[in-house]
Amino acid sequence: MIKMIIGYFLLYFGAAFLFLGAFGLIRLPDLYTRMQASTKSTTLGALSSVLGVGVLYPQWFVKCLVVALFILLTAPVSSSALMRAGYRTGVPLDKRTVVDKGKEFFGEGEKEETK
Amino acid sequence: MEKAGKFNRYIFAVIVLYVSWILLTATFRKDELIVGLIVSLLVAIGTYDYLSEYGLRHLYPKRLWYLAIYIPYYLWEMILANFDMAYRVLAPSMPIKPGIVEVHTDLKTDTGKLALANSITLTPGTLTMDVKDDTLLVHWIYVKEETVEGATREIGGRFEKFLKEIFG
Repeated sequence: MIKMIIGYFLLYFGAAFLFLGAFGLIRLPDLYTRMQASTKSTTLGALSSVLGVGVLYPQWFVKCLVVALFILLTAPVSSSALMRAGYRTGVPLDKRTVVDKGKEFFGEGEKEETK
Repeated sequence: MEKAGKFNRYIFAVIVLYVSWILLTATFRKDELIVGLIVSLLVAIGTYDYLSEYGLRHLYPKRLWYLAIYIPYYLWEMILANFDMAYRVLAPSMPIKPGIVEVHTDLKTDTGKLALANSITLTPGTLTMDVKDDTLLVHWIYVKEETVEGATREIGGRFEKFLKEIFG
């Protein structure tokens, strides 16, 4: 019984955050803020759902832990690669952006090399 | 830190591979354990050179202790980050003030920088874009401090003291 409660709670908790992430994709103004919403919510959402399955089916729990660990390690890396690619191909920032240090960080010379 | 000896790194690779085997098979049957040990010993011959640079030094008790504190802290920060995100997405006024700032780090090893970048990505309102030498480029959804020092204190500071102990 307690197993069911915890398992389903984790599943719905994850689903709720996945939904919020999708909602953020629609509401937020530019690529960068959308990546923020989608990265955070998909990581926690997937993590929580996988752990929920692990709690509901104890024979899979250890495997679910391993899957959760891999999600935790890889999701930030892929989002960071996407964001960097977006910045370097010149996706515009939203007009509310207050500071942009990316130009001096990448430098103009380096941009030529990657073409 | 200089590299550890070959044998040291080999033993570390065997331990890592064997633990992964046990986690993936998720049983303690005797035949599984024996086959796993043989496979790890064989695979480690080819992979120890890529798997680690400092070998058994990764397993010092102090490091494991800091890692054990760090993981729950990290998960907690991740949950907070999601509630923060939910608030920004759902609030009608949408309180965002995005910007791209630079963060300075004192961590020396590549693994340490990777861990710091991952931690920054999953904590409230920040996402690492790139790392070059000891500077991280971070997209921040609600900029509080524009200077490098201020951003470093606000974003990286709370993780660095843990990561410095774990990865050096």
